[in-house]
Amino acid sequence: MTDATQTRHVPDHLNSRATRIFKSWEALLLAVAIAIFVINSFASPYFLSAWNLSDATFNFTEKAMIAFAMALLIISGEIDLSVASIIALSSTAMGLALQYGAGTPELVMIGLTVGLLCGAFNGFFVTVLGLPSIVVTIGTMSLFRGISYIILGDDAFRGYPASFSWFGQGYIYWVFTVEMLLFVIIAIIYGVLLHKTNFGRAVYAIGNNPTGALFSGIRVARVKFILFLLTGLMSGIAAVCLTSRLGSTRPSIATGMELEVVTMVVLGGVNILGGSGTIPGVVIAAFVMGLVTFGLGLLNVPGIVMSIFIGLLLIGVIALPRLWAMAAAGRKA
Amino acid sequence: MSTRPAPAVSPDVSPMVSMDMITKTFPGVKALDEVKLDLYPGQVTALVGENGAGKSTTVKILTGIYQPNGGTIRIDGEPISFASPNDAAKAGITAIHQETVLFDELSVAENIYIGHAPRTRFGLIDTAQMHRNAGKLLADIGAPFSSHTQLRDLGIASKHLVAIARALSVDARVVIMDEPTAALSHKEIEELYELVETLKSQGKAILFISHKFDEIFRIADRYTVFRDGAFVGDGRISDISEGELVTMMVGRSVDQIFPQSDHDIGEEVLRVVGYDHPTEFADIGFTLNCGEILGFYGLVGAGRSEFMQALFGITKPSKGVCLVNGDIKVIRSPADAVSNGIVYVPEDRGKQGAIIGLPIFQNITLPSLGKTSRSGFLKLAEEFKLAREYSQRLDLRAAALDQDVGNLSGGNQQKVVIAKWLATQPQVIILDEPTKGIDIGSKAAVHEFMSELAAQGLSVIMVSSEIPEIIGMSDRVIVMRDGRIAAELSKGELSPETLVRHAAGITSSTEGAAA
Repeated sequence: MTDATQTRHVPDHLNSRATRIFKSWEALLLAVAIAIFVINSFASPYFLSAWNLSDATFNFTEKAMIAFAMALLIISGEIDLSVASIIALSSTAMGLALQYGAGTPELVMIGLTVGLLCGAFNGFFVTVLGLPSIVVTIGTMSLFRGISYIILGDDAFRGYPASFSWFGQGYIYWVFTVEMLLFVIIAIIYGVLLHKTNFGRAVYAIGNNPTGALFSGIRVARVKFILFLLTGLMSGIAAVCLTSRLGSTRPSIATGMELEVVTMVVLGGVNILGGSGTIPGVVIAAFVMGLVTFGLGLLNVPGIVMSIFIGLLLIGVIALPRLWAMAAAGRKA
Repeated sequence: MSTRPAPAVSPDVSPMVSMDMITKTFPGVKALDEVKLDLYPGQVTALVGENGAGKSTTVKILTGIYQPNGGTIRIDGEPISFASPNDAAKAGITAIHQETVLFDELSVAENIYIGHAPRTRFGLIDTAQMHRNAGKLLADIGAPFSSHTQLRDLGIASKHLVAIARALSVDARVVIMDEPTAALSHKEIEELYELVETLKSQGKAILFISHKFDEIFRIADRYTVFRDGAFVGDGRISDISEGELVTMMVGRSVDQIFPQSDHDIGEEVLRVVGYDHPTEFADIGFTLNCGEILGFYGLVGAGRSEFMQALFGITKPSKGVCLVNGDIKVIRSPADAVSNGIVYVPEDRGKQGAIIGLPIFQNITLPSLGKTSRSGFLKLAEEFKLAREYSQRLDLRAAALDQDVGNLSGGNQQKVVIAKWLATQPQVIILDEPTKGIDIGSKAAVHEFMSELAAQGLSVIMVSSEIPEIIGMSDRVIVMRDGRIAAELSKGELSPETLVRHAAGITSSTEGAAA
């Protein structure tokens, strides 16, 4: 023990950088992603084709855009279960505008604005009235999609202009799609926002201890409101991409997507109770989910079995470190 | 058990519980290093040590919350290991914790019997029996409320009685009391001492953890001293003096005199006029000068913390003006307070102070990110520099700056919270019970530090319920009673009797000095 009268020198880091990276969740997840890639390439001869792989990215790009914003929201200790319904409402609004002759720029503006408004609506109830976000967004999940059903009934909006299809069907270069580019740009923006800015640090502080964050001079309500706005905006962007890719709007669009988004976030190592998680983790999780769905699709596995697989994957990957720790403790005892 | 009533301390009694060579490590920290602790039937053993000495860890091992990495625990000479808190409870070990875990939404009886409620023959909870038993237990310890009361309607002292009743409701052989008197009034403490005597006469082994020396010498039969996670010594209380015990505890002699206040008091920094709140406080007004330590004394519930939180922008006063350096400032949130140079070190360290889950350096830089970053982007090197500077200034004991602040002892967490605020270079620092539940060594360090800060021109508001601290540290004292200012006393007017009289609202000086 050091003499108490001496000034202590506390080192900056407990472990070396290499140890921290090696022991991280992202490292484990990356190993899983590589394993799935290898297994897939052996399982199906069609897997290792550039065009097929490019198609496969549609399995996750739209969900991942929302997942990045959702990751921040969950890290802050909140959640938004209305994202798929925001897509429906946003897409319906675009379809409606189309009936009045809106062009592509107007459609995009309307899609994004509706997303933002929905996010603001959720954020108001959570941050101003102090209601629990899980309850509020379960409510708005029904509300937003309900409005779409009232407007559309059993109908669908079709006839989007050719230029609008660029977002969901266009290619930038060779096999690289517009959505892929958007995915990369958004991933970088959110990675920087969460890990490199004061705002991101506030998100972590709020998730670990909202009272302590408030007592530290952080404007907790403002940060949370912005996070709901961002999640709404991302749902709006996803609505533009998805509507453009499908070329039509039905009120059932993106049904159940909210759970896939949350699954992706949790698989990426974000603590569902808030406080921890990274954007690189969510990026890898997006690829893992995309590869699994695509690989199983090539093997003609039906959708319902696929969802069983995704469920098992989620529970398996989450349980693995815990089982590992228990086994290690068992050996010692 | 065939124990004599109130046995005298005799060396030939063998220990009921014996911990030997117990080691416990956490990532980067050795919390306990081959310590030993013996508890004897019908005797009170005081576990003494500074913050971070390993007392809480020992309690958690004894109650099965932590599993030791090495060493043996024996009960009546038989080696035993606890895989879970349930195992420890079955072995008859029960603890009354520092921060008692109770359930606000349940009744007193349900709180007492949670986990071991009496059952009917259908396996359902026998509510009538439970309330009868609970009522008897409450009567035994002299609790002035019914077993049907909702817990949330009780004050902090009454909640403590519930915790004690719960500990007694299991047929405990070993009772651990972790700072049981911290939140109690003088009268309640006396009642607690009587309770301890009752438990002793029933032959129970009692482990008593306290920072108050008068208490230890009053009720303990034996002592065990830990320092920095290691065993230092043990023996009978009658064989040791207070001074010797302090020296063993800190490894050096601590002079318990308060630092000489040779700081100059300058111009007015803060003026508060007519702060009102619908329920908590009314008509609070005072001034605070540069380099001054202003004490706030009062009984628990006098509205001191509530007022401080309003001043810091957490709660909203219904009326009132606050002037900083002569200019009216509107403080609607803690962020506003911080930008006006007013910071607050809260009493509830775990919930309001430290952000557990974040590393030490991020805790320290959280309110200073504006300074350590460039246009909103973090600069880690700057953050570490700031964290290093202030952790050194406060003599922080930690394995590394990127360690979770939750792995630190209470005293070191407090240092992180103070470091966090000093790093913002405030004008006014409000310290709410800054030395509550911390040991003599850290206490002296905090006092030393406070007068250093005042000497550097910082204005300090110190909320404290400890009379020696108030008298020893303050340049001026405001006494609050029932949400109002009862008196403002200059240094020359301070005496324990005056403070207590004003706080309790007693006009004649002859009665009830210890309310």
